[in-house]
Amino acid sequence: MIAEAGHFALILALFTAIVQASLPMVGAHHRNALWMSFDKPSAIAQMLMITLAFACLTYSHVVSDFSVLNVVQNSHSMKPMLYKVAGVWGNHEGSLVLWVFILAAFGSAVAIFGNNLPPTLRARVLAVQALISVGFYLFMLLTSNPFERVFPAAMDGRDLNPLLQDPGLAFHPPFLYLGYVGFSMAFSFAIAALIEGRVDAAWARWVRPWTLAAWSFLTIGIGLGSWWAYYELGWGGWWFWDPVENASFMPWLAGTALLHSAIVVEKRDTMKTWTIFLAILAFSLSLLGTFLVRSGVLTSVHAFATDPERGVFILLLLVIVIGGSLTLFAMRGPALRSTGIFKPISREGGLLLNNLVLTTGCAVVLLGTLYPLFLDAVGGSKVSVGAPFFNAVFIPLMIPMFVAMAFGPILSWKRSDLIQAALRLKTAFILTGLICAVILASLDHGPFLAIVGLGLAVWLFVATLVELGERVRLFKGPLKETFGRLFRQTRASWGMTLAHSGMAIVIAGMAGVGGWKVESIQVMKPGDTVNVAGYDYKFIGARQGQGPNYTVIEGKFEVTQDGQHVTVLSAEKRNYPVRQMPTTEAAIHSLFSGDLYAVIGDPEGKDGKFVTRLYFNPLVAWMWAGSLIMAFGALVSISDRRYRVGAPSRHKIKNVTVIEASGIGQT
Amino acid sequence: MKRSIYLLPLFIFLVIVGYFAVGLNMNPRDIPSMLLDQKVPHFDLAPIKGSKRGFSHKDLSGQVALINIFGSWCAACLAEHPFLMEISTKGLIPIYGIDWREKNPDDGPRWLAQRGDPYTLIGDDPKSKVAIALGVTGAPETLFVDKSGFIRYKHVGPITPKNWQSKLWPLVQELREQ
Repeated sequence: MIAEAGHFALILALFTAIVQASLPMVGAHHRNALWMSFDKPSAIAQMLMITLAFACLTYSHVVSDFSVLNVVQNSHSMKPMLYKVAGVWGNHEGSLVLWVFILAAFGSAVAIFGNNLPPTLRARVLAVQALISVGFYLFMLLTSNPFERVFPAAMDGRDLNPLLQDPGLAFHPPFLYLGYVGFSMAFSFAIAALIEGRVDAAWARWVRPWTLAAWSFLTIGIGLGSWWAYYELGWGGWWFWDPVENASFMPWLAGTALLHSAIVVEKRDTMKTWTIFLAILAFSLSLLGTFLVRSGVLTSVHAFATDPERGVFILLLLVIVIGGSLTLFAMRGPALRSTGIFKPISREGGLLLNNLVLTTGCAVVLLGTLYPLFLDAVGGSKVSVGAPFFNAVFIPLMIPMFVAMAFGPILSWKRSDLIQAALRLKTAFILTGLICAVILASLDHGPFLAIVGLGLAVWLFVATLVELGERVRLFKGPLKETFGRLFRQTRASWGMTLAHSGMAIVIAGMAGVGGWKVESIQVMKPGDTVNVAGYDYKFIGARQGQGPNYTVIEGKFEVTQDGQHVTVLSAEKRNYPVRQMPTTEAAIHSLFSGDLYAVIGDPEGKDGKFVTRLYFNPLVAWMWAGSLIMAFGALVSISDRRYRVGAPSRHKIKNVTVIEASGIGQT
Repeated sequence: MKRSIYLLPLFIFLVIVGYFAVGLNMNPRDIPSMLLDQKVPHFDLAPIKGSKRGFSHKDLSGQVALINIFGSWCAACLAEHPFLMEISTKGLIPIYGIDWREKNPDDGPRWLAQRGDPYTLIGDDPKSKVAIALGVTGAPETLFVDKSGFIRYKHVGPITPKNWQSKLWPLVQELREQ
């Protein structure tokens, strides 16, 4: 009964979305206020319907209703509750429900907070949003119905993929989808702007917070994914250039470019077509990400729905959405006029460089991801393009950008002077030189690229802080003035400082673990001690046990440094009988300088000997800390006064004066 | 000239779509199994309840044969079953069965008693001892073994009249000619 209600809600949502996609769009064209006014109620109604459907599916999973096929295939009565809930979106059909649910939620947010948008723009934005929804509803109802029943009902479920039965991964898809779908906002605004034929500062002010939010979620989603890979796959790797990882990384690159170029549109009224293009690109790549995972075009460990019939449908959807929007872009793009002009050396120029590098990087990742497909399609063999390609092409591409990234915020708009900018950063040069000298002196070896990476991280971090110091005139005026300026900094500029320094911390983490990882694989018997990177790992022993839905071998290690107790690590190897699948749960103890990482392998002989793998991963946790700082920076930036939307109109006049007052201290 | 730049993204996208369209028609399941073109690993399975002979790798020698992995719990095996009966009654090729992951030793024999037994010999594999060695990922799966005991093909999913006619039967004949 509940499942049928959900199915019915899904059908109703489809029809509501059809209304939302058509009436406001036609109404906006004919300036018909009545037709346009359908945008808001239909967006909210559609959101309520899909919320109901999502709730019904969640209910079926929570109560383990094994007459629903989706529950049978992806759940099990013995599964812990957290994973019963996570199981809702841990599969193909359910993840689509989550996808459109988020899409509708974003749409209704525009409907609710969009009172200050021009009515035609709002009508068109919501209509474009609904068009995407229609595609997804049809896809679900025609090929992937999550509410399909089985008769007779199954006795028990077939479990969730045990690799996915993990807190890191349970929350990885929702964040990823919030990011993917978040870019649909920028996309809808871009399409609406192309139809309207107008892009201005007000438009950019609307697009940027959505892009920032999407980007922030995507950053967290990618971070969670790599963190999961790091501790679950059991050898300390954190990024594999796997097609599915690339699928989430490409929209991130395009989105990063977009959120920077939108600043230029807002402040300088230029780079408009480019920004529109990036908005289309970011969302297209998000759709492509969805497609790559599901269609079976590219196989990867992640693929959980390989079904050509669905693939054909998604391909059709892609052609309509991406092909249609790129056609519109080709037709209307050239007509968009920019007024701002700038010299190559300027804030705009810096942001343009950032954009070019990021989109080139994006193209490289796209090429590497699709190359095996290209080769396969022309009759070549099945190959995979691995990390060597990406590392050789992508990393050198990024290095100059990180150098330039420190200069960007120092440059002034329109026209700037590189030498003057360099002079303003002289403290940063000196500090970087000093810190790098200390680091080099304390390292006796290390690969060249990792040393470069560490240097870049120091440079970017120091220069970002020096730039902040410059802005608040630290040591250049009375301390009181500095504090005053510090408090008057806009949240947007705080966001930039946070995000850029977060990036520096991420680079340091990557360089650290990439260059100085220590690993040791051996057979140990209880009582044996192995020294890894200055830490003594004593193998206490392993025992067999029973988890809620798995059997487990648990190995314990006592870690000491110079005789001082550091921690006890408890590594697990689990076996899930329902799926006949073993997983490793690495034991990790994070220190500031790096992670102690232990994995227990198979028993070797009968006298309690086990294969063990022990690692020291320097600075690795910095990557995730840095990602969080970046994501937080984006959120701080969203809260900037000029984006605060939906403020009651009677406060508006007051707000304007405040903005002017706070604008005095800015450059 | 300036206008044509705006067409470039669309053009690139269409090229990618072309490749996707070709890629979709290729079967992602055609991933070669690790065991393909390897000798069948050595095994000796006990008989299922009520039967006298089990099934070991030695039973396969000198003939082209199928090893079918099934279980009474598996719905797709039920769908496949009538056609296996047809192959067996026509005597097209010997089918060896591995009764996989039965919770209760009575389930498999009862399932076969009700529906008929297409198998030359059946081994009981409740704990996936042999299924793992054969690289089985699910049921039903069917391995095609040639005269010298090499695994030549693995079919994932049920055998149907359609895929039998179009692909599997020609494969059997090809293996017999070798």
